[in-house]
Amino acid sequence: MMDVTHNVRAAIQEALQSILERPVELEPEMNIVADFGMDSMAIMDFCMALEDRFDVSIPLDKMAEIESVQDLSRTIETLLAKG
Amino acid sequence: MSLLSKFEPLRAAHSRLTKRGHDPFSVVFEEMVSSTEGIMQGRRTVLLGTNNYLGLTFDEACIEQSVEATRRHGTGTTGSRVANGSYDGHKRLEADLAAFYGRKHAMVFSTGYQANLGMLSTLVGKNDHLIIDADSHASIYDGSRLGHAPVVRFHHNDPEDLAKRLRRIEKESGDKLVVVEGIYSMLGDSAPLKEIAAVKREYGAYLIVDEAHSMGVLGERGRGLAEAAGVEADVDFIIGTFSKSLGSVGGFCVSDMEGFEILRLACRPYMFTASLPPAVIASTRQALATLQGESGLRAQLRSNADQLYSGLARLGFKLGPEASPIVSVILSDADKAVAFWNGLLERGLYLNLALPPATPNSSAFLRSSVSARHTPEQIDFAVRLMGELGRQLGLLEAMPTEVGFAARGKVPRAAAVSDG
Repeated sequence: MMDVTHNVRAAIQEALQSILERPVELEPEMNIVADFGMDSMAIMDFCMALEDRFDVSIPLDKMAEIESVQDLSRTIETLLAKG
Repeated sequence: MSLLSKFEPLRAAHSRLTKRGHDPFSVVFEEMVSSTEGIMQGRRTVLLGTNNYLGLTFDEACIEQSVEATRRHGTGTTGSRVANGSYDGHKRLEADLAAFYGRKHAMVFSTGYQANLGMLSTLVGKNDHLIIDADSHASIYDGSRLGHAPVVRFHHNDPEDLAKRLRRIEKESGDKLVVVEGIYSMLGDSAPLKEIAAVKREYGAYLIVDEAHSMGVLGERGRGLAEAAGVEADVDFIIGTFSKSLGSVGGFCVSDMEGFEILRLACRPYMFTASLPPAVIASTRQALATLQGESGLRAQLRSNADQLYSGLARLGFKLGPEASPIVSVILSDADKAVAFWNGLLERGLYLNLALPPATPNSSAFLRSSVSARHTPEQIDFAVRLMGELGRQLGLLEAMPTEVGFAARGKVPRAAAVSDG
């Protein structure tokens, strides 16, 4: 599970860096909206990049609940475990 | 802190925008001169952003029918069809729509927005799945949220990604409903419907096509993209609106599905809202007859769309991927887009301004919608004015001079939040 978490966090970091076009240091409690200044559309596109990366679909209602990096990481891990 | 404090960032963004000129979201026309011209601050203004594709808002026959219906049946129905009853006109319009599409059933809603809200929230339940194009109109997103089914998005106009998404839920129980649009309202591009229909068949999903911007525009008979692509049999539900090519207001859904009529007792955005007034029903029926009887209007619309698209492409503007009645200029600098839009309006040309975050990649769009009733002179005026002002603002300098962005076939995805 630790490996999965590590991989997911690394992928989140990579996707964020690619969207924001700058290096990003991630902390689990970081707020995706407030700390990275992404609007609702940017967040949906960011999630889509992660969906492609992990071959999962994050339903919109789950996406709406995601606030922190940790929330996002857990959502993806749950979907991976289910799949 | 007040209840409305949370809108402070929005208020600040809006205030920054309006300091630079007119408010693009609150334009007022004192008078409408015709379907293609209005008066704004005393100035005659060419309307190139009103989705009035066939220009039927001033059609004599539509107006006559509307006036006659008001005299005979009154100004409003004062309530919902479920509570107050339907008027004969509601039933006749539904029969007209069913006949036009060659379907067994039709249901009329009070707006196109409500048609999507109603159908998407009702057709799928919590054990089903809704799969929508990422660039769907706001009404599709809102309809998805009103219902209880999990919603996933697929990459815009990407049938392979749709297949991937359906594959991920292949083993899960429940029905799968796919939603796409005939013409996407921001860039004017169409769904690859043949390929999407093939994916839908392969995975046993249902398919909705929202033909809001393609009804009366695409297809030999004007039925929309499903007709043009030759896949009407694969489309389970067609949703549309009266507020574009039919020049009034309202929405509808047509289908052949057995048991469809029960939706009238399950679909809340149908049941709990006032029904359309007689004047609107009457003009819409007439407009639908005109749409079917005058195919020349569609030919004129196509010709006008080509004139605008090729004119702007020749100037070097970056455009959407294909010539359609929606022609959008894509600009990378939002500030310049605001100045461009203001300058055009002050010189007598109205079109739509779309800004981030409603647009992707921090780009801004100046969106035009062409009408069959535009004269070649009006389109020429628009092209020349956009060229002159575009050069003055330095928008054309860094762009190719002969063939626009569009010809290279590279398109950013359109916005999910767009105008109706």
